[in-house]
Amino acid sequence: MSDCGCGDKPCTYVGGLDVGSTYTKAVILNSEGDIVGRSMCNTGFKLDVAAQKSFDGALADAEIDAEKVGYVISTGYGRHQVEFRDITVTALTAAARGAHWFFPNTRTVLDIGGQTMKATKLDDAIKVRSFRLNDKCAAGTGAFLEKTARYMNYGTEEIGELASSSTEDVEISGVCAVFAESEVINQLSIGSAPADIMHGAMNSLVGRSLQLMRRIKMEPEYTLIGGIMRFPTMVKALTAELGEGVNVPEGDLVQYVGAIGAATLAQQRFGKIEAESAEIIEA
Amino acid sequence: MIYTSGVDVGSTQTKAVIIDENRKIVGRALNDTGADVMVAAQTAFDNALAESGVKSDAVKYVIGTGYGRYRVTFGDDQVTEISCHGRGAVHMFPGTRTVIDMGGQDTKAIAVSDTGEIVDFCMNDKCAAGTGRFLGAASAALDIPLSDLGPTALRATRPVRISTTCTVFAETEILSWLGKGKKIEDILMGVHQSISSRSIGLLRRVGINEEVSFTGGVAKNLGMVEVLNKNMGLKMNVSDDSHYMGALGAALYAMDRVAVAEVST
Repeated sequence: MSDCGCGDKPCTYVGGLDVGSTYTKAVILNSEGDIVGRSMCNTGFKLDVAAQKSFDGALADAEIDAEKVGYVISTGYGRHQVEFRDITVTALTAAARGAHWFFPNTRTVLDIGGQTMKATKLDDAIKVRSFRLNDKCAAGTGAFLEKTARYMNYGTEEIGELASSSTEDVEISGVCAVFAESEVINQLSIGSAPADIMHGAMNSLVGRSLQLMRRIKMEPEYTLIGGIMRFPTMVKALTAELGEGVNVPEGDLVQYVGAIGAATLAQQRFGKIEAESAEIIEA
Repeated sequence: MIYTSGVDVGSTQTKAVIIDENRKIVGRALNDTGADVMVAAQTAFDNALAESGVKSDAVKYVIGTGYGRYRVTFGDDQVTEISCHGRGAVHMFPGTRTVIDMGGQDTKAIAVSDTGEIVDFCMNDKCAAGTGRFLGAASAALDIPLSDLGPTALRATRPVRISTTCTVFAETEILSWLGKGKKIEDILMGVHQSISSRSIGLLRRVGINEEVSFTGGVAKNLGMVEVLNKNMGLKMNVSDDSHYMGALGAALYAMDRVAVAEVST
């Protein structure tokens, strides 16, 4: 019992799993609500396998065994494939909770991932009041950047650096990730630099984000999350448009916000269940 | 003998046709458009000339069409591809009242009069779903040549339903169906059905009046022809020269110009 750090109390670790379209993220919180372990892997096509792999990774990072985790909440598009979960919550709820955990004054969350773009507005009780998704179209998601890079023979891992070395403005319409190919070829043929084209592609995502955010009547503070926010160019361009009150979790934590949100909800639920069972025992 | 030519510079392929005074095709050629549009146009024209055995100075008038029509530097004039497809289809199949043109990056539904004039049209503007690119994505994801897609799909017994609209996401969905053990033919039939339902949506906006002629590169795909026929409950006109219909229309417009010039002199 003592090796899990819970002392004489029962184990109170909880887990949050975010099975996204591109990456699966897992987080373990201790009873104080601190992140003690996290891990990420490619989602691929076997969602249950990815969930188990990232959870095992987070357990190893936290140096604890699975049985020390009292409650697990899964979220993200593959949340129903997580067999060892207790309950599921939607990606919007998880992101709202996670954004609030990092920045308590968050009123608007912008989440851009590999295949989604979501804008969410929160109320004082951290409840989702309104949201807009970009769910039928790859333009406005990470897939758009990935395709743009691929048309120019660059890999996904080169996107960030490429965009940040841009020196001139190139306009990319960002209407369709497939039609972007002709646009990229046209730009290359008139001598535009790949860095500037990549930057233009990011700017098109900024334009689409603002459209979504305006539709939910955005208010500061804004919290930017999701894998695309790893790119400093993207954050810089969004900040320039949004002005004051822009928050971004540090480093790769931008990718874990949903998982963290799920874990904090798990902690609440677990606390309640523990209290109820204590009452039953006392009665 | 007087000859004219039509050069159709599409997003994916460039087509050239040479016709004689009797408005018969005497030469045709097709090549990939690629990045250098001007070269593609010249290559197609030169190859069509070579096939016809006609000397280039016997070609009195050249009309460019398609998205790269202004890059046909040797052309005398340009006409939109919508006009050209309508004209070509009515020439080839005089009963045509509706044209469905499915190319590499666009799908157009065109309503035409009995003289080949455009009455109405509708196209996918901003999205690659329901175009040849959707098939291209399937071909890449499944590693099957484009020409095998249709025949393979026709062997389907339990078609899957492709739920994503976006071509980029469809690629992922195709792989996930494969991961779930679905048969390639069943996945491909789902892909054809998805394109069919989007195209029929476009066609309905201009009205589906018979006869319907199917033009553009995708008309070469027998699976697509069969699925569209079945879903609309009719039989479309399809020619071996379906993908040359735009170029043919352009060449016919060119012949009109020459005829008018002849009469006036």
